[in-house]
Amino acid sequence: MGKKGLLYMTLTVSGLVMVFPILYAFLISFMQGGEVLQGSLWPETFSLANYFSAFERVPLLTYLWNSLVVSVLIMAGQLVLCSLAAFAFVFIEFKGREWIFYLFISTMMIPWEATMVPNFQTVQSLGWLNSYAGLTIPFFAMAFGTFLLRQQFKTIPKELYEASQIAGISKLRFFTGVVLPVAKTTMTTLAIYSFLTAWNMYLWPLLVTNNEANRTVQIGLKQMQTQEIASDWGVVMAGVVMVILPTLILLFAGQKRLQEGLTQGALK
Amino acid sequence: MTGMLFLLPSLILFGVFLFYPMVRTVYLSLFLTDSQGVPVVFVGWENFLNLFQSTSFQLSAKATALFVLYTVPAGIVLATALAILANQKLRGIGLFRTMFSATMGMSVAASSVIWMFLFNPSIGLFNRILGALNIPGVQWLLDPQYALLSVSVATIWMNTGFAFLILLGGLQNIDQSLYESARVAGVSESYKLRKITLPMLSPTLFFVTTVSLINAFQTFGQVDLLTKGGPMESTNVIVYSIYKDAFINYNVGSASAQAVLLFVAVLVVTVLQFKIGERKVHYQ
Repeated sequence: MGKKGLLYMTLTVSGLVMVFPILYAFLISFMQGGEVLQGSLWPETFSLANYFSAFERVPLLTYLWNSLVVSVLIMAGQLVLCSLAAFAFVFIEFKGREWIFYLFISTMMIPWEATMVPNFQTVQSLGWLNSYAGLTIPFFAMAFGTFLLRQQFKTIPKELYEASQIAGISKLRFFTGVVLPVAKTTMTTLAIYSFLTAWNMYLWPLLVTNNEANRTVQIGLKQMQTQEIASDWGVVMAGVVMVILPTLILLFAGQKRLQEGLTQGALK
Repeated sequence: MTGMLFLLPSLILFGVFLFYPMVRTVYLSLFLTDSQGVPVVFVGWENFLNLFQSTSFQLSAKATALFVLYTVPAGIVLATALAILANQKLRGIGLFRTMFSATMGMSVAASSVIWMFLFNPSIGLFNRILGALNIPGVQWLLDPQYALLSVSVATIWMNTGFAFLILLGGLQNIDQSLYESARVAGVSESYKLRKITLPMLSPTLFFVTTVSLINAFQTFGQVDLLTKGGPMESTNVIVYSIYKDAFINYNVGSASAQAVLLFVAVLVVTVLQFKIGERKVHYQ
C-alpha cells in the first residue's frame, strides 16, 4: 500500500469515528425497541414509525416552527444591526467613533452567561417571557458580525462614497444600493453563522420559555429525554434527527463559505 | 450625527442586555436578595467570602478547572491533526472535510442526547465494547470518578467541527511557495510540520485556543442534559452552578458573585490573548 492509500485509510477511519455518533443516531431512529436493546447497528427495516410517534407524543411541529421563527428573526436582526454599525465604522467619520469602536470590542470580553440573571429579570419585567421578542431581541447586536462586515466594507473605495455624497445621494441609498450588494458573500456567511448559532441555542430558551406553545426544539429534546419516552430510544433519536437535519444541510451547503468567513474573522 | 444613528440600535441593545446587566450583576453580588432576586441587605464581600469557604463552590471551581484541562488541549490537538490531514490535494477530500466539520451543525442538546445513549450502562456502545472485551461495564455518568471525564469526551467531540473549520482555513492561508521551496530542498515531512506548518498556523492556533478556553468556561447544556452537575457535584461547572443558585435555589446574591468570578476568568483569558497576540505581531 502506497503513501496515498495510507492517507485515504487514515482519512476514512477518522472520518467514520467523527460522524459515527450522528450516523448511529440516524440508524437508531429507524429501529424498533427490541433492536435497540439488542445493540443492533443496522435496522432490519427502515420504518418511519418512530418519527410518527415522536410527532404524536410531543408537539414537535410547534417546536420546530418556533425554532425556525426565532432563528430567522435573530439572523435578520443581526444582519441589519451589524451592517448598519459596520457602515458607520467604515464610512461615516464623527467625534467619538474610535471610542465607540472600543466599546464594541469590549463587549466580546463579557461572557453572556455572567449577565443572564439580570437579563432574565429585564425580560420578565418587560413581559417578554414566553415570547419571540424575549427569545430574539437580546441577541440582535453582535460585535463579531460587525467586525466581519467592517473588513468587507473597507474594500469599497472611499472615493466612491465621497462622490456619491457630492452627487447628493443619501447615505442610506449608498448603503443599500452600493455597499450591501458588494458585501453579499460576507452577508451570506454571517447569515449562515447566525442561523446555526440561533437554532442551537439552549440556555436562554430554557430560561425564558416555560410552556409548550413557545418552546424551541432544543428544549423539546430535553423534554423528550426527561419524560417517559426516554426509554424509547428510537423515538428520541427520531426527535434528534429532526433537530439536526436543518443545520446539517445548511452546514454542508455553506461549509466552504463558513470556513472562509470564520478564518477571515479570526485573523482580522 | 447620522453616524450615531447607524450605531444606535446596536448600542442600545448592548447597553440594555450586556453593559447594564453586567453592572447589575456586580451590584447584586454585594447584596443578600429575596427569592425574587430583589436586593435586600448590603453585605459587601460576604457573598464572595462565603463562596470561597463553601465546599460546594470549591468543588465547582475544581470541576471547571479540570473540565478546561481535559477539553481544551485535547480538543485542539485533535482538530489540528484533522485539519492537517484534510489539507491535502486529493480526490474526494471534500467529503472528508464535510465529515470532520459535521459537529459544527450539531446542537449541544442533540449531541448530548446521542452521547447519553452511548454512555448508557446497559445498552450503550462503550459498555458493549468493554463487555466484548470481558471488562466489566462502567457507570460513565453516575460514577464520580468518570462523570466529568465522560462529559469532557463528549464535549471534545462537539467542539471539533468548529475548531477544525477555522484551523483548515488557517492552513489554506499559508503561502504555498514555502512548501515548494521545502520540496526543492528535500526536507522531511516532520521538518516541514515543525518549521513551516505549525509556526505559520500559530496565529490561528492562538485564536482557536482563546475561543476554546472561553467556551469551556461557558459550558452548560451538556452538563444539564447528561449529569445535572452530579454525581456528588463532580460535574457542577461554574455556569451550571450559577444557574442552579439563581433559578433553582433562588440565591441570586451568591449566583451573581459567581457570575462576577466567571467574568474575571474570561477577562483574564481575553487580556492575555491581546497581550500575547500583540507581542507576536512585533516579532514578525
